[in-house]
Formats: sequence, structure tokens, C-alpha cells
Amino acid sequence: MKIEDVKIAVLRIEGTNCEQESLDAFKRLGANPEFVHLKQLLNIDCNKDEKREISQFHCLMIPGGFSAGDYIRAGAIFAARIKSKLNKDLVEFVKQEYPILGICNGFQVLIELGLLPGIDNIISSSPDACLNINDSNRFECRPTLLKHENNGKCIFTSKILKNEIRLIPSAHAEGKLLFPLDKQKKYIKNLEENDQIVFRYVNPDGNYEGYPWNPNGSISNIAGICNRIGNVFGLMPHPERSYYKHQHPDWTITKLNSNLGDGKAIFESVLDYICKRF
Amino acid sequence: MMYEAKVKIGLKKGVSDPEGANTLKALHLLGFDTVKEAKTNRTVDLLIEAKNKDVVKKKVEEMCQRLLTNPVIHTYEIKIVEK
Repeated sequence: MKIEDVKIAVLRIEGTNCEQESLDAFKRLGANPEFVHLKQLLNIDCNKDEKREISQFHCLMIPGGFSAGDYIRAGAIFAARIKSKLNKDLVEFVKQEYPILGICNGFQVLIELGLLPGIDNIISSSPDACLNINDSNRFECRPTLLKHENNGKCIFTSKILKNEIRLIPSAHAEGKLLFPLDKQKKYIKNLEENDQIVFRYVNPDGNYEGYPWNPNGSISNIAGICNRIGNVFGLMPHPERSYYKHQHPDWTITKLNSNLGDGKAIFESVLDYICKRF
Repeated sequence: MMYEAKVKIGLKKGVSDPEGANTLKALHLLGFDTVKEAKTNRTVDLLIEAKNKDVVKKKVEEMCQRLLTNPVIHTYEIKIVEK
């Protein structure tokens, strides 16, 4: 498939606020992204020509923000609305190995939907994990260093070398990844064995460290995970905010040899996958 | 019949409660040093029309599982009164 034919739905409801830069990231690379309000998929309050089906797209993207005001729990209402009608379509989409990306609030939605961690099933009926309030009880907004730990399963990071460290900004109040407390070790072990851990927070030396390098207290320093197939990926930090090098906080010191930001590779990787696979 | 269901949502034992911890710290700063623990909960009051209390209970349980709580971190208690 040619890159210009790759159709991406950037999903939104009230309160999503990172849709523009997410759409731009795909557009700059030559793909064909479109803002899709969830009502267009649910066929509520929309004209005939606005109606959309998940199957019309090659990739779904849930951007960051504060969907539905983060009421109940971050992402819970967005997830409940998706689940109300689109569960089957979503499972079919994942089964056919089309990619789904969730960034920040989008990651919270994927966890609440039960699409992530996706260890045993494509989708679970109730969440298997939680993105809880940061240990600091604050909104943490600053650059974070992510070590790429995936061995090749995650289709969103194929263009990033293993153990490479990328600077990608975080901005969230609820990003502490947790699994059922009595089974945390088992979950982590399963994720490691299945190659589902994609990014971990590290310090500038590349070592695991607590706060502030791990901004939220996430278990095992995890910043991003993919499902068992590798085509559903969620992460708390915002790669769409470091698409260009001049978006990095230190770019004036390090000099701008190329304007290549650390987050760009994620969008390139998924587009490369879609073009080759479909 | 109308019923009011009060759903109290708390955190499971062992789950950190940064909001509670911060509240405790602020209370101590204000001089309330006899406070030994502060836990935060959320309550949701639902007005429900149903045949009887059992039906309400079953429905609210389902609501807790499907939206109001995340079983990984939350506990819940339901109290139902006739309105």
C-alpha cells in the first residue's frame, strides 16, 4: 500500500486536546489522517456523509487530553462509550492486525477498554491494569527519558534500536501503571516473556531510577506496553510533541544538525508497517 | 418504586493514596497532629427506578464492574434506601 492511501482515524470526544499535533505527525509523513469524532463511529447526531466505520481505516489513534473531563477515572468514560457499541468491530480490527495507538489519555483509554495489556485475550471484559494517580499527587509535565526495550514485537518502534534512549515529554496526573497487587510479579514476568514491554523510564545514564526520572511511580519503571500481537501500543509520554528536534528543550545547546525529533520514529514505524503489511 | 443507591468507592489495601497522604500532611501542618491516617473515597449517589431492592443491588453491582470502579485498585460498598 502507498503511504498516501493509509487512512488513520484520530479519535476524539469532548476533552481530547492533542489531536492536532497527532494528526500533523501522520500528515507530515505523507499519510492520510482524519479527525473522527466518536459519534461518527457510533452513528449519533451525524449526517450521512459524516458517518464512519472502523473498518474504513488502517490505523486508529486515541490522542491525549482529558476526555470527558477525566471524570470517574481518566479514560473510563471514553472507553465505556467505545465499548457500548464498537466492541466487536474493535476486536475484528485488532485480529486483522491493524494497529491501534494510544498516547497519554489514549493509553488510559486502551487500559480501561481492556485492549492493554492484552496478555491472554485481545480484549478483556474488565481492566487488567490501571493507570493510577502519580505518586507525587501532582500533574507531572517535563521531558522524560525512555529506554527502548522491545525486541521487535511492537510494530510502533521498529525504527528505534533496542536499548536506545529517547527524550519524549510526559504530561499527566494519572500515569502510574499498576497490575492487581497480588499478581504484579506474574504480570511483569508475562509481559517480559511475551516481549510486550516497549519503553521504561531511565535516568541520563540509562539506569532505572525512581522519581523524578520515573515521573509517576509506575511499576518496574514501565512507560509503554504493547499487546501480545504487538499491534496495540500505549504509552504515557507524548511522541507527537517531539516530532522535530527544535521541540527538544536542549536543542540550542546540542546544536541542530538535523531537525529530527525523538518521537517521529514511532509514526514512521507504524506507517512503514501498514505500507508493507496491507 | 424509587431507590437511592449510595456507592462508596475506596482503594484496595496496599494501593497508594497520594491524595490521602497529602491531606494528612496538610492537616499536620495546620496543627491537627492527632490525625493518624487520612483516606480518600468517592461516593456516587444514584436514583434508580426498580421493582425491588434486589434488582437495584444487581444493577448497581454491574455498574460498578463496568464503569464506576477499576477492579485492579478499587473496592466498593453499596447502600440502598427506598425513596
